[in-house]
Amino acid sequence: MLYREAGQFKTSYASDFAVFPILQDRIGIAIILAVAFIIIPLTGNDFLVNAVMIPFLIFSLAAIGLNLLTGYTGLLSLGTGAFMGVGAYACYKLTTIFPNVNIIVWVIASGFFSAAVGAIFGLPSLRIKGFYLAIATLAAQFFLEWCFIRIPWLYNNNVSGAIEVPQRELLGVIITGPRATAQTRYYIVLVLVVLMTWIASNLVHGRIGRMWMAVRDMDIAAELMGIRLLPTKLLAFAVSSFYCGVAGALMVFFWYGGSEASVFNINQSFTILFMIIIGGLGSLLGSFLGAALIYILPIVLRFVPPALGLPLQAATVEHITFMTVGILIVLFLIVEPAGLARLWLIGKQKLRVWPFPY
Amino acid sequence: MRAPGGPEVAAGEVLLSVENVSLSFGGVKAVSDVSFDIRKGEIRAIIGPNGAGKTSMLNIINGFYQPQQGRITFKGEARAKMRPHEAATGGIARTFQNVALFRGMTALDNIMAGRTLKMHSNFFWQLLRHGPAMQEEVEHRRSVEEIIDFLKIQEIRRVPVGRLPYGLQKRVELGRALAMEPELLLLDEPMAGMNLEEKEDMSRFVLDANDYFGTTIALIEHDMGVVMDLSDRVVVLDHGIKIADGTPDEVKRNQAVIDAYLGVAH
Amino acid sequence: MELLYQIFVDPFVQMATAPDLFVQTLWEGLVGGMLYALIALGFVLIFKASGVFNFAQGIMVVFAALTLVGLYDAGLPAFLALGLTIVVMFLLAFTVERAVLRPLVNQPDIILFMATFGITYFLIGFGEFVFGGDPKVMVTDGLFLPKGAITYKALGGIVQLQKLDIVAAVTATIMVAALGIFFSKTRIGRALRAVADSHSAALSVGISLEQIWVIVWFAAGLVALVTGIFWGARSDVSFALEVIALKALPVLILGGFTSIPGAIVGGLIIGIGEKLGEFYWGPLVGGGTDAWFAYVIALVFLLFRPQGLFGETIIERV
Repeated sequence: MLYREAGQFKTSYASDFAVFPILQDRIGIAIILAVAFIIIPLTGNDFLVNAVMIPFLIFSLAAIGLNLLTGYTGLLSLGTGAFMGVGAYACYKLTTIFPNVNIIVWVIASGFFSAAVGAIFGLPSLRIKGFYLAIATLAAQFFLEWCFIRIPWLYNNNVSGAIEVPQRELLGVIITGPRATAQTRYYIVLVLVVLMTWIASNLVHGRIGRMWMAVRDMDIAAELMGIRLLPTKLLAFAVSSFYCGVAGALMVFFWYGGSEASVFNINQSFTILFMIIIGGLGSLLGSFLGAALIYILPIVLRFVPPALGLPLQAATVEHITFMTVGILIVLFLIVEPAGLARLWLIGKQKLRVWPFPY
Repeated sequence: MRAPGGPEVAAGEVLLSVENVSLSFGGVKAVSDVSFDIRKGEIRAIIGPNGAGKTSMLNIINGFYQPQQGRITFKGEARAKMRPHEAATGGIARTFQNVALFRGMTALDNIMAGRTLKMHSNFFWQLLRHGPAMQEEVEHRRSVEEIIDFLKIQEIRRVPVGRLPYGLQKRVELGRALAMEPELLLLDEPMAGMNLEEKEDMSRFVLDANDYFGTTIALIEHDMGVVMDLSDRVVVLDHGIKIADGTPDEVKRNQAVIDAYLGVAH
Repeated sequence: MELLYQIFVDPFVQMATAPDLFVQTLWEGLVGGMLYALIALGFVLIFKASGVFNFAQGIMVVFAALTLVGLYDAGLPAFLALGLTIVVMFLLAFTVERAVLRPLVNQPDIILFMATFGITYFLIGFGEFVFGGDPKVMVTDGLFLPKGAITYKALGGIVQLQKLDIVAAVTATIMVAALGIFFSKTRIGRALRAVADSHSAALSVGISLEQIWVIVWFAAGLVALVTGIFWGARSDVSFALEVIALKALPVLILGGFTSIPGAIVGGLIIGIGEKLGEFYWGPLVGGGTDAWFAYVIALVFLLFRPQGLFGETIIERV
């Protein structure tokens, strides 16, 4: 009854092309944005913002990046962690060499570095596909990780090998470094993530998204239709790595406050991959849902059992998280390979005809 | 990359010809020294028993397989090998024996994908989905809607193609090929697996595409009735060799053809 | 000029002037390579027989080793612990077949590949949960594995071969030979190869997929156990082994995914190459090249000979 399209006619192709053609969807998005921009900063405590919302947004961004490459274009990548690292280290170098330029400019710029590196490591996709390509991305992952450790210039020759985030301001407000408030950092991350999600949505709904999906579904037919495979795949690598790079820079500068190479290891690559498998390959919404589930899960495990009187050690939480994630992956692949996003769509379908069963 | 097209080809003139083309895979000869041509505006059937090399022939024209010998002349330009991208920009489109639709996309998106070559708005506008990018989407949507009307698939626009019945999938695939506004349309067994009604519909679409859009058509088909009704000229292949070439009547009476098919008529 | 000398001349000079060191490094590379090959062997078994690329092979090595050590530390005599571990590996194969492979039959390969990620993570969590995350010492005396080394005075210096390594090499060779014969000569072996080509085709001729999968995953589990024993005996049993096991993937690329001899040759090339590379060229770039050397070699192969040295060429048809 509530979720009906009846009466909503489109009178032009342009309006038919809208990403959210149904009015109820538009209202829903408006509500979500209102909650994100207004309600959470006003009512949320520091913990909620710092330990839950900021990382959730950052992981969602990285998940979108990987989803563009793996979900939409069908190129399985295990190098996500390393590409995030490229963004983080690029941003660090840029801001320490040019401290007077606005840090947000450097965050975006570091995305371009990541994009370039991603495109280079995407060159093998001309010749290889499927899990062979995945192994090539492992080369990227291990090689770049090695670079983060063995090239001292990247972390300004710091003895410990770690990088520390310097304090930076925007319009007089401190936004990075130990003195930046959680609220401030949250807003910056939120604005960037919303903006980049909008751009990703534009891309996937247009010509480029169709090209990517064509390459994923039947690359031979795509090629015979005139879609050039290598530029399309390289674009996917570049855009995907851009998103991951920005996510990496945000992670270090607006969440952790510092970092070392091990943050961007193969485990990180797998985490993001699991987010999009569970959330839904080829779905922007799925990127958010998957990030939420995988990221929130260990937090829930850490706090709920003690609240119920069952204290768990930190190590045990980690073990149970691994086991649960493993089971969830297999479960989702069996039951709903299109992930939470499809479950959500099915739910909406049912809402369309509710309360009537047909 | 060569500039698309070449000189304009008048109706009746040769649009594409293959000369002495041979193709082998390892030790297997798929096509041996085959030559024939396709004239602009005609419907050319390629027939023959299973394994005759018909699909391989289409794949060579399309640029998917590169022949070891021979030449392909398209719109006046001769070349030893055709590249897929050249074929597509030159105006060759095709459908496949096992429907090669993009299963993750809706019927509308599949056909819109066929317009890719004609869409040029640059990356910047794509990022914003505004201005030239949006204008292009709308403009091409108009053309695609013409095709959707032509093929009468309006109701299934938004259905993911994986869920469509086989007959409709074949129609969407035809639509996607037509969306490229091809000069030469290669159809690989467009009627396979269809019942009589569906075949009649598809035949109608093929004829109309030829009439209304002016598309030259080369089709592989097993149903003799369809071949006789639709085609202007026929090429017969058997075991990779051309055994007959002419009008449907001529070919029907050709002894070698009858032998190859063991006298089985549909 | 100096740099060119360091890259192209100096390492070889070092090899020539200290041949005993060279042979020593060569031997160690060989043993390392042998162990990579064993892991790759587990992959090949499963891939050849079910078309599934089992990413979890590495963690199976760790898990098998942990189970053995865990049972032994709990007080069981070594060979009983070994026997029980074999039972556990069988149960693992059975569970994987029931819970993962059966529901996903006929899905595209990439889905099955991703499912093995799930299995990997589950086993990591489960293994750490049951056995704890600290490194453990492998059972050696109980299994009559030799200690100590044989020292040769040769080539102007000393070359030391660990007895354990020699036993490992011999055992691996025997296992490989046995598996090779099994696949090519026996009825079950041929059935396994049929399954790898097409699940649905195999089903339609009445081959029981379930049984075959259990057999094959169990065999891979046994290979994993042997690998775990030898690897654990050389260094400790810990989860770091899992990441090292990823190196088996480049081995497979070199050797071809469906070839048992390929897994061996690939393993040896990677093992030796990695060791020599790190020892003679590593110092030029600060060391640690063995983290990525194998993958870069694999990348080069992927670009020029994707089917590997022994694999089957992939032909695409439309």
